[in-house]
Amino acid sequence: MSVITLTINGELVSARSGQNLLEAIRDQGIKLPTLCYLDGLSTRGGCRLCLVDISGYPRLQTACTTTATEGMVVVTHNEKINRYRKMILELTFAERNHTCAVCVSNEHCELQTMAAELGMDHVRYDYLNPQLGIDISHEKYGVDHNRCILCLRCVRVCDEVEGAHTLDVRHRGINSRVITDLNRLWGESESCTECGKCVEVCPTGALFDKGMSVGEMKKKTNFLRRILDGREKNQWNR
Amino acid sequence: MAADMKQKVTIEPVTRIEGHAKITIDLDGAGKVADARFHVTEFRGFEKFCIGRSFWEMPGITARVCGICPVSHLLASSKAGDAILGVRTPAPAVTLRRLMNYAQMVQSHALSFFLLSGPDLLLGMDADPAERNMAGLIKLHPEVARAGIRLRAFGQALIRALGDRSVHPSWSVPGGVRSTLKEEDKGHFLAQLPEMYSTLDTALDLMKDALDRYASELDAYGNFPSLFVGLVNSDGGLEHYDGHLRIVDSRGRIVEDGLSAEGFLDLVHEGEETWSYLKFPYYAPLGPEKGMYRVGPLARLNVCDFAGTPRADRELRQFRHFGGRGKTVNNSFYYHYARLVEILHSLERIEEILADDILVDHHIRSRAGVNQNVGIGVSEAPRGTLFHHYQVDDNGILEKVNLMIATGQNNLAMNKTIKQLAGRFISGDKLDEGLLNRVEHGIRAFDPCLSCSTHEAGRMPLHLQLRDVSGALLDDIKRG
Repeated sequence: MSVITLTINGELVSARSGQNLLEAIRDQGIKLPTLCYLDGLSTRGGCRLCLVDISGYPRLQTACTTTATEGMVVVTHNEKINRYRKMILELTFAERNHTCAVCVSNEHCELQTMAAELGMDHVRYDYLNPQLGIDISHEKYGVDHNRCILCLRCVRVCDEVEGAHTLDVRHRGINSRVITDLNRLWGESESCTECGKCVEVCPTGALFDKGMSVGEMKKKTNFLRRILDGREKNQWNR
Repeated sequence: MAADMKQKVTIEPVTRIEGHAKITIDLDGAGKVADARFHVTEFRGFEKFCIGRSFWEMPGITARVCGICPVSHLLASSKAGDAILGVRTPAPAVTLRRLMNYAQMVQSHALSFFLLSGPDLLLGMDADPAERNMAGLIKLHPEVARAGIRLRAFGQALIRALGDRSVHPSWSVPGGVRSTLKEEDKGHFLAQLPEMYSTLDTALDLMKDALDRYASELDAYGNFPSLFVGLVNSDGGLEHYDGHLRIVDSRGRIVEDGLSAEGFLDLVHEGEETWSYLKFPYYAPLGPEKGMYRVGPLARLNVCDFAGTPRADRELRQFRHFGGRGKTVNNSFYYHYARLVEILHSLERIEEILADDILVDHHIRSRAGVNQNVGIGVSEAPRGTLFHHYQVDDNGILEKVNLMIATGQNNLAMNKTIKQLAGRFISGDKLDEGLLNRVEHGIRAFDPCLSCSTHEAGRMPLHLQLRDVSGALLDDIKRG
């Protein structure tokens, strides 16, 4: 494995050749916020929170979808980037109805934690307050589109890890909605294997175990690395 | 004042109550009271915006109705959820819910008696308004204020020990509760009980002093016949969590007994008026006039045969003397007294439950899907009987929500109380702060919670009148 050298926040550091920039930055102990990225899933660059400044690029780039290259000069935090991140987060909150006080994931939510970490104390944009429903037709799980931030971790884990591809997206842009099968009720889905991976990787309370009350939904994503390691390193065939 | 000049006296805002309201008093040409109204000027709308959500979320959502009595909504909502699941809730969970309900009864009643009504009762109705408030009470009677605050803190701490937080806990759920009480907490609360009983002794003495002090004017504080509604247990004893509904009239005769929540709601009609967001429920078979009923501490003591705990029963016997032989206590001023009897009863029940081994049982939550499409949950909130009535589809999505709140059920009686008080104390040539405060106190006796009670959107009749400076009507819009 060849090693490359790049500059992150003024420090010369080394990374693996072909490594994505987000991992290279995090390997240096630098905290870079993300919501759509999850180790083990393909990268998407959807949440835009890992924006970094790379010398020679006219605009900020998402670290998760950029490959680290030799001689790259990267800045992860400055006044402009911090301001953009906060703005992105505020827009995420304004887009749907995130009512933490009565949410199943209250106090265990990546979006809520992120808001606290980035010091988001209010939303400067008008809330869109869309009228979105919930689907609790499935026997074990429910989806509340009000709390969905379209990170699409659920869609990716369903396709890439479980191989069911039950979940997908309809419409475009701000009108995008995560759907099951070809927009059927979840309870009527024929492809869903009821594995629950989508629920565990969801960063907010959008996907939840049915019957949960406020703050009761605690998710664990560490199963993903275990499954993938087992698969990639053939651990199960020994 | 010219003889034909009508006058309107407005008390706005009404202070030391939970929520936003005003009182208007209409005086006729002779300066006498023609009418008095209690206007609830805030609006919440939970009945509307909960539609489309899941019934599993409702305890958490409806607990947010109120910061004073979140536990009442939590319990009524969980019970409605129990009914939708259609399975039996484990006995330890029921006991734990009862425990939390008694804790809330203690904290809410302590707030009403010591901090909201205390300034009137202890400092006097005519005291300087700059002093006649909580800060004044703390300054002039620090030991009473401290004892009241500690009593409330006891209730709040017990709620917190069970539900992790004292305001808006989301602990009770359809099918049971989320966690049990820790063994070490039991001893902690039991050790505090002697101090709480002693606070109650002081409070009862203060209450009886107040009754003596106001003896000459007491009759004006909402003393009239009405029906009384409340839960009683299977033996007819005082009940706050389950049991059946009983209605008695002002002569102590049982009008209805053994009613289920469904049966009771069939007998009640919810009237509406253009000038208030609060509905006006009444017992339909007798009509809006004679069907007026009161709920809450006074009603509960009037409908039950006995309290069922020794100290409260002793006090209840004294309380009944104020009604006369075999009759109910009809004066709304005695709500204060009834509140104290209920705190006493709650403390005794808390003591019983804490000594009970059932609390260590770990089976506290039954799980099931939707087995019934309609669920009604009823419990006794500090202010009176509370109903949560849900209709869900087969997946558990709410299609209809009706919350019938204690304060709403007291609405007709509150209006009658302030009219009686205004008639006695207010006239055109004599308007002073102390007299107006008496009218306001008539409302405080009911300890209304307006944040709890104003929910339904869309059907509220509205009446708008646009007038020019001379008072001539320019436009008149009616809805509903």
